[in-house]
Amino acid sequence: MRRVVSVWLPTWPTDRLRRTSDAPSPDKPLVVAERQGSRRLVFAADAAAQELGIRPGITVALAQAMHPDITVVEAQPEADSAALERLAVWALRYAPLAAPDPPDGLIIDVSGAVHLHGGEAALLADIVRRLARSSVAARAAMAETGAAAWGLARFGPAGAIVPPGGVAAAVAGLPTAALRLDAATVAALGELGIDTVGELAATPRVSLALRFGPAVTGALDRLFGRAPEFLEPVLSPSIPHARLVFGDPLMHATGLAIALDKLADALCADLEGAGLGARQLDLRFRRVDNQVAALRVGAARATRDPAHIARLFGEQLETIDPGFGIEAAVLAAIRVEQLSLRQLETRSDDEDDEVDLAPLVDRISDRIGGARVYRLTPVESDIPERSARLVPALAPPSGRSWDDGPRPHRLFDPPQPVEVLALLPDHPPRFYAWNGRRYQVVQADGPESLFGEWWISDAEVFHLRDYYKVQDADGGRAWLFRATGPDGFRWFIQGLFA
Amino acid sequence: MRASGHDRVLDDLRDRIAHLERGGRSRRHGGLALGVPEIDNYLPDAGLAQGALHELIGGGPDVAHGASAALFAAAVLARAKGPVLWVLKARDLFAPGLAAAGLHPDRLIYAETGDEKHVLPVVEDGLRHKGLAGVIAESTRLGLTTSRRLQLAAEVSGVTAIVIHRWRGRGEPELGGTAAVTRWRLTALPAAPLADGVPGVGDSRWRLELLRCRGAEPALWTVEACDETGRLRLASDLADRSAEADVRRALAG
Repeated sequence: MRRVVSVWLPTWPTDRLRRTSDAPSPDKPLVVAERQGSRRLVFAADAAAQELGIRPGITVALAQAMHPDITVVEAQPEADSAALERLAVWALRYAPLAAPDPPDGLIIDVSGAVHLHGGEAALLADIVRRLARSSVAARAAMAETGAAAWGLARFGPAGAIVPPGGVAAAVAGLPTAALRLDAATVAALGELGIDTVGELAATPRVSLALRFGPAVTGALDRLFGRAPEFLEPVLSPSIPHARLVFGDPLMHATGLAIALDKLADALCADLEGAGLGARQLDLRFRRVDNQVAALRVGAARATRDPAHIARLFGEQLETIDPGFGIEAAVLAAIRVEQLSLRQLETRSDDEDDEVDLAPLVDRISDRIGGARVYRLTPVESDIPERSARLVPALAPPSGRSWDDGPRPHRLFDPPQPVEVLALLPDHPPRFYAWNGRRYQVVQADGPESLFGEWWISDAEVFHLRDYYKVQDADGGRAWLFRATGPDGFRWFIQGLFA
Repeated sequence: MRASGHDRVLDDLRDRIAHLERGGRSRRHGGLALGVPEIDNYLPDAGLAQGALHELIGGGPDVAHGASAALFAAAVLARAKGPVLWVLKARDLFAPGLAAAGLHPDRLIYAETGDEKHVLPVVEDGLRHKGLAGVIAESTRLGLTTSRRLQLAAEVSGVTAIVIHRWRGRGEPELGGTAAVTRWRLTALPAAPLADGVPGVGDSRWRLELLRCRGAEPALWTVEACDETGRLRLASDLADRSAEADVRRALAG
């Protein structure tokens, strides 16, 4: 199942100018002008200018008449597209197939990479948030096809995510311009009374093909995934990479594995020359039908060991569908770090007494995401659920452990409320009810009193927790506490002992 | 002289039979002692076989939460050398509790998969990594085929695998056959009251059932914690031969 993100940068030319070193004054609205024949037209206007009613397409003379105090800069389409390409390189952080979508967008095929970014909605939000932090306005949408995502990013609701199979319903209400047709075709369709994609899709194909040629039916086919879409992933000279073109197209995984070994050798030689090691690698294949497939792996530590790199891709290679054959392959080091010879040497020294976990952590991170592989290390805190902190799996050992009283082996975070029957308020409970079951307490230890951390939150000033380890008649051992606050007390179960 | 030569031939034959029984694939990796001599002597490898797959079920209400099973797995692997990988779906372990069982936080790596379907593949990754002390998995779906893969991976690398079955529903899970070398059930029992009527919770006590074991009969012990470190001993007031016999009968019938 393909998942494609289209990012629209509605004010890209002005946003880009604002980020250049000789940026125009930020206090004045900014307009980019473009010469068309004898007229100068507004090509792009920033948010401030748009608020004044200056839209792309009006003449510069009119804009200046409406508001004399604007900065006008000549359009630089080459600089715009070069910067867009650099932005696409940045977008490789999300998935191996990212490309500029000129003049004002990006396209990212995130199939198989969504889980690494916390889900589809989180992924889209992250793209928009990071761009906004760099003062680049953006809207993003995700769908099965790039064409659908393109239309939704520009004409759909903000942050639209179309579930698989939902394209037809999601785009039905969009204007026909969302199909990326030229203005003349959109106008001609409008004269026929066809204003939305839904109406267009319901029109017989034959009459569309007769009237407009292949442009309109082709756009519809790409929209619904009936025709292939081509995506040329960005590869800038700043990314270390190795390329192989095959005289005879490769058909089998064995051939791919041999190609990968060669590519890894070549790339590692380059990395060694530059004193670099790879932290993230993409392997891209171009099939004879011009479709591109890609695999991505990460390394928890910078590496330039060809065998390690080949192992990282490992069995993933078999997931590549060679189709009618693969004619070219590129191995690119997307993220690199300085890696000196000395670091490599010291590493092999201590392998004798210590296991090198980096390859294992890499493999697991590839499956479930790097943030989900971790160790826990002690933190000074009286609140049990705060007493451990996540650290990366390969962080240096801290040597510290916990030395509190008896602690349970399973913890409920947050604690779950329980109904309790106690003889006196400050006695251990006699009965408690939890999860629809009633437990009779036969033995209890406690209380162990823990105070709230008033220096973290004012709300915790009055909080006192009295913990009891209780054992029920069946032998279950639980960790209950009574939380005392300004408005009385309540009971919770926080954990289970073995 | 003749007798010792005879023994050597017999030993050699035994080794070859053992080798054939394991599909000709592997070697023994030795046992990981539980620290209770009576139990360790009973087990074929003088403990939990290393480089093998073991299953663990919490008994009674603990089948859902697996608190006893978690302590047992942590305490056993704490005795082995090297890092331990703990693969779980969602975070509900309490690290200080595991540290008390002897598993230092610097040795323990968690892989929180978020999704049941990734648990066993990650376990297999861990089992293929020589040098780990062991991999602990919490799973609801260990089948015959998967368990064979895990057992083979464990045999090759010598990494010990412990799968804790967790069951969300009511009652005991219906466990089918697996390729695991042993299957254990650990049920919390009420602790013995403290001496002289002192109020408080006594030393934790469990019923430890060996439900299946390659090379040994099922058996049952009642064990209790010596201290807070998760070390075990046989419960002093119970040498429960009759209960053991009951279990054998129940398993036979």
